Amino acid sequence: MSAALIAGVVASSIASGTSLLYATLGEIVGERAGIVNLGLEGILLVGAATGFAVTAQTGDPEVGLAAAALAGAAVNLIFAYLVVGRRANQLATGLCLMFFGSGLSALIGRPFVGTLITGLPRLHLPGLGAGAAARLASYDILVYLAAPTAVLIWWLLFRTRWGLVVRAVGENPAVAYAAGRRPASAQYQALALAGLLGGIAGAHLSLALTLTWAEGMTAGRGFIAIALVIFARWNPLWAMAGALLFGGAEALQLQLQAAGADVSPFLMNMIPYLLTFLVLILWGWNRQSAAPAALGRTWFGVE
Amino acid sequence: MPRSAATIRRVETALAAASRFALVTLVALGAFAALLTAAGKDPLKAYVDTVLYVFGNAYGFSELLVRMIPLLLTAVAVALPSRMGLINVGGEGQLYMGAWLATAGALGFSDQPAVVLLPVLTVLGFVGGGLWALIAGLLRALRLVNETISTLLLNYVAPMIVGFFIFGPWRSPESASYPQSPAFVDAARLPGFLHTRVNAGLVYALVCLVLYRLLMTRTRWGLEMQAIGGNPEAARQLGIPLFRYILAVMFAAGGVAGIAGMVEVTAIQGRLVSELSPGYGFIGFLVSWLARGGAGGIVVMSFLFAVISSIGDILQITQGLPFAVVDILMAVVLFIVLGRRPAGRAR
Repeated sequence: MSAALIAGVVASSIASGTSLLYATLGEIVGERAGIVNLGLEGILLVGAATGFAVTAQTGDPEVGLAAAALAGAAVNLIFAYLVVGRRANQLATGLCLMFFGSGLSALIGRPFVGTLITGLPRLHLPGLGAGAAARLASYDILVYLAAPTAVLIWWLLFRTRWGLVVRAVGENPAVAYAAGRRPASAQYQALALAGLLGGIAGAHLSLALTLTWAEGMTAGRGFIAIALVIFARWNPLWAMAGALLFGGAEALQLQLQAAGADVSPFLMNMIPYLLTFLVLILWGWNRQSAAPAALGRTWFGVE
Repeated sequence: MPRSAATIRRVETALAAASRFALVTLVALGAFAALLTAAGKDPLKAYVDTVLYVFGNAYGFSELLVRMIPLLLTAVAVALPSRMGLINVGGEGQLYMGAWLATAGALGFSDQPAVVLLPVLTVLGFVGGGLWALIAGLLRALRLVNETISTLLLNYVAPMIVGFFIFGPWRSPESASYPQSPAFVDAARLPGFLHTRVNAGLVYALVCLVLYRLLMTRTRWGLEMQAIGGNPEAARQLGIPLFRYILAVMFAAGGVAGIAGMVEVTAIQGRLVSELSPGYGFIGFLVSWLARGGAGGIVVMSFLFAVISSIGDILQITQGLPFAVVDILMAVVLFIVLGRRPAGRAR
């Protein structure tokens, strides 16, 4: 393996892991509040399509990014209304959200199929030379903000009063309620933040990686992110390691293809999924569950 | 209560439920129409076109039945495990793997007569989907990985296996630009009825539904499955073999979805292609969920979703919209149902 190839793999694993990290962080926030959202894939799609459409219209990727984040939050609030406000089944509602997002993104993206945009600008870190090192130091803003965001989310969840309430609701809503908190309100806030992050994750795909819109372009990343939450044991800091690892699997596969390796792309595309399985099995072996105790359960209030 | 009065009561509740659901559908159609209008399209024309196409002539209606086949089968594949509390979201992947193994049979035993070949392909389709679901079943039975997440992920792996084969070993020499497997021999084609595309798959689907209903209502197995679904720990204490039940039920469920894949390749496509299903497996999940796992409800909901997906076809053909746009309509129907279901302990 040449130095250039290694640098390429590292560079693109950071780039493709970024989107996964934002998505995983979003799902972690929601799940810490006790809500499983299987519709993350739909949020990513809406984020990717909205970000792309707005960027193509305004020519300003920052505006596109903001629109994507807001669209993600708005769509996730529909989900929140159903599972929190109407106490609907989380799994069924989540899958519906995936359908909703796939349809809505197809509608939003339709006029922009084939359009090319100038995506988020690459910011160069000063002081680094040419060649491989320069490639490692030239990313869009979302890449640089990814790790700080993970730390921020960790801080929010584990070091603030807000996070304490969110986690209490995820562990036992009845106790949180008895302690004078409002579980529904905490869950709405957590899901709004989750949608914001999901929208950003989708936007990173279309505004920084592909620079085009294609139907279903998230290709299951939303589901990988849900698996990554388990990998990360619901901890935002561990999510960074997970996203890098899985971004790396994807990047390695792309680099090998670019280098002309004689392996079917279909087999290499399986690598991230098989890796996910391996990790889930290893963690399952370990038996100690780190999941919030009330995860996925609908709280029906105090009668 | 005399028997006839009880029957009347049941019919009345069914009618009330049907009319409530019709209202839900109308509201969803209205919301979807508003969205399409906002996007500069003509929803009313699309609705009228759909009705004319689907109910206007025998062929259109027959196409509706064709579309119902995979929905019925994938819905049973979800309903069966749901009775014991297992959530199979992997109908899509199981469908692909059933199609894959059936294709292996169709290409490998192409010298056999139809009488031999078709039963073999049916079994292969069942086994292909069944084994795929068994991965998730085994991981769940060993308490390693939750079946919801494993079946979801396997959905993405199965089409890659199909892709690998039709771009590689099974690539047909005459398809240069659009890779697909060689065409099946006539003996490997599932027969149709009366020059339509309606095929013996409909019989498979109805047989599966009847067997499913009989299993749940008339056998000890069905009873024990519901016991597991109600309280797994209590069921285990009663000596019900949970491990074996999980494996058997996941295998059977995946098998039913696999038959849907076998039907797609042997009756509709006549070869293995990469775009085998527009999300039948996922729609099957929603169908089963709306029907609450009931056999009769699955028929009604499959019909409804077949009509909805016809709207998708019409939008694609006459208004230049992607087929996926109709997913919005499906989701809105479900959103309304999810939102108005009473806040009881519904599943």
